[in-house]
Amino acid sequence: MLSVKGLRAKVGEKEILKGLDLEVGRGEVHAIMGPNGSGKSTLAHVLAGREDYRVTAGTVTFEGRDLLALTPEERAHLGLFLAFQYPVELPGVNNTYFLKAALNAIRSARGQPELDAVAFLRLMRERLKVLYLDDSLLKRPVNFGFSGGEKKRNEIFQMALLEPKLAILDETDSGLDIDVLRIVADGVNALRGLERSVILVTHYQRLLDYIEPDFVHVLAHGRIIRSGGKELALELEEKGYGWLGAEEAA
Amino acid sequence: MIAASPAVEAIVASEYEHGFVTEIESDTFPPGLDEGVVRAISARKGEPDFMLDYRLRAFRHWQTMATPKWAQVHYPAIDFQAISYFSAPRSKDGPKSLDEIDPVLLETYNKLGIPIEEQMALSGIAVDAVFDSVSVATTFRVKLAEAGVIFCAISEAVHDYPDLVRQHLGSVVPHTDNFYAALNAAVFSDGTFVYVPKGVRCPMELSTYFRINARNTGQFERTLIIAEADSYVSYLEGCTAPMRDENQLHAAVVELIAMDDAQINYSTVQNWYPGDAMGRGGIYNFVTKRGDCRGARSKISWTQVETGSAITWKYPSCLLRGDDSVGEFYSVAVTKGRQQADTGTKMIHLGRNTSSTIVSKGIAAGEGEQTYRGLVRIAAKAAGARNHTQCDSLLIGARCAAHTVPYIEVKNPTAQLEHEATTSKISDDQLFYCRSRGLTAEDAVAMIVNGFCKEVFKQLPMEFAVEAQKLLSISLEGAVG
Ligand SMILES: Nc1ncnc2c1ncn2[C@@H]1O[C@H](COP(=O)(O)OP(=O)(O)O)[C@@H](O)[C@H]1O
Ligand SMILES: [Mg+2]
Repeated sequence: MLSVKGLRAKVGEKEILKGLDLEVGRGEVHAIMGPNGSGKSTLAHVLAGREDYRVTAGTVTFEGRDLLALTPEERAHLGLFLAFQYPVELPGVNNTYFLKAALNAIRSARGQPELDAVAFLRLMRERLKVLYLDDSLLKRPVNFGFSGGEKKRNEIFQMALLEPKLAILDETDSGLDIDVLRIVADGVNALRGLERSVILVTHYQRLLDYIEPDFVHVLAHGRIIRSGGKELALELEEKGYGWLGAEEAA
Repeated sequence: MIAASPAVEAIVASEYEHGFVTEIESDTFPPGLDEGVVRAISARKGEPDFMLDYRLRAFRHWQTMATPKWAQVHYPAIDFQAISYFSAPRSKDGPKSLDEIDPVLLETYNKLGIPIEEQMALSGIAVDAVFDSVSVATTFRVKLAEAGVIFCAISEAVHDYPDLVRQHLGSVVPHTDNFYAALNAAVFSDGTFVYVPKGVRCPMELSTYFRINARNTGQFERTLIIAEADSYVSYLEGCTAPMRDENQLHAAVVELIAMDDAQINYSTVQNWYPGDAMGRGGIYNFVTKRGDCRGARSKISWTQVETGSAITWKYPSCLLRGDDSVGEFYSVAVTKGRQQADTGTKMIHLGRNTSSTIVSKGIAAGEGEQTYRGLVRIAAKAAGARNHTQCDSLLIGARCAAHTVPYIEVKNPTAQLEHEATTSKISDDQLFYCRSRGLTAEDAVAMIVNGFCKEVFKQLPMEFAVEAQKLLSISLEGAVG
């Protein structure tokens, strides 16, 4: 479903991704681990279509389409979702309104009828229940004044509502207490049950106690330097990245 | 936050939707202004002597005045002798009903999306449509008359209610007030008159759409609204004008009078032609709007959504004369392309325990430039006066600018004043976040802008709030690439 081959990308003059390969199949959960500054968020943003990251080589196909030729919103319409490491605040924009607009933009791009207010609220309540979220966040402006944990939960809630075919979670687990971690895990596992795919960018083994990945990759110096099963994560936890020759990226 | 960015930078002007010209025979004076023209306008309207005297006094005073220079706007000097001061669609008598109105005119209104006919009955809005200088259609006058409300063209009021006009015209904005007010008093051709008697709650929203059509005609409307004790009226003015290369002058005067316990809500949705992306053409909007809270506990509320005009220069103001009277000013002003706006309000606290609220939301895109200029004056007698001012600016792109110029004069130590100001920017991060959720950049901007303006929109009557939101989205279309 997602196939990344020889991907190189620059931020300004600096090359961050230096020939990255990654294959993600339907219903698979991939964990990407790696030291700070190794290019994990860059990869996530390049896949989501951020324009100030310049792709200089390589190909990315998603659902048979050339992903790099699409705008960020077209990628979202195709079913790609990025849970941001640093979710952005939208003062004055009501969270519920935003979610409804996003869902309907995606639905209408797919030729599906838009949901009216009643149908949308029903859907929202249903998803809220599954994630044990309280709905006070929905009445506030998007991410505005949210705590770190609330922002992450809100990202997961958006994911649950939009039901992407491929979700990329960029360090959604950092700085979360166990309860929120569970919510994140529930969200991911729910998607997995729907045969959707997930890329988990994470620093810690901790999240992987709740979500069992099919594959674990180590990203360092702009490349995947090692791939394996879930046991690789345990090994990393024990030995650190140094063991792979992947100390903090310069 | 990152400053300029390619995404946000690509500001372009969206096409002006209402830029068509109506081909209709009109009776237009040749350009130029002297005493003879003033007399001719008065004669053409068959005015009583008191009106001619009023105009002549104003004209003579105007001749002694110079154009004001203090606003933060730039434009070439206006040649007042190159403007025609009267233009009317050619027809012998005023139309008696909608059927008598020139179908070309009706078509014009339809293009503007003005619901002048049957829809009006459903939405319960009375419309007084001003086409160039003459009021051509007044609906629902009968129903209003049953309630005792007078809603008509000011030129008719001069004939039918001369005492009311003579008593109140110029009592809030005297002809000596400023250059454009003097000019307006000398040459105003038409406008709207509203009178709400004591104890009456006006049974519907009143609304006037102005439209400037004929080439090279300045439009000088005059609006006078009188709310007697314990009455209520809500009035909406909406404006559009055709696309022209040359600039047109719009110098209106609006006077509001609220007696004891009366309330007037005055809302404006203004999208005059702003000129093209190079700054050619467009309306010069130099307007004097003032409300007089003459009675105790009276209240005047100005709400404006300004997306148009090449240059906007206006300060809807409140004279808070009555004890416990309340003045409000809610404003959204958008400037893009080369538009300039210098707008704000004046709250003059004269009575005791008077209070005022100012909420100003400025949005600048492209090379738009805008200034909020507000004056809060607390007179020595105004014990217990309060003001709250909130001034927010939202910048889209890096070449636009927003300035805030608050003037505060306090002569009474018991006054309480609060002032808050913020400036924010639509960032690339925000746009990318929205787009990654499936929204287009335009949707994202519209959403952020609407969120920014919410406080003001909620002051508008429901239908118009929706209209205003649409207008903003249209006006900022293409604001990001
Ligand atoms: N906007 C930017 N401008 C310049 N350098 C950047 C920018 N964003 C990231 N970088 C650099 O790119 C490298 C990779 O960053 P990132 O992808 O955020 O790493 P990770 O998510 O793995 O911690 C780092 O060296 C970082 O400093
Ligand atoms: Mg990161």
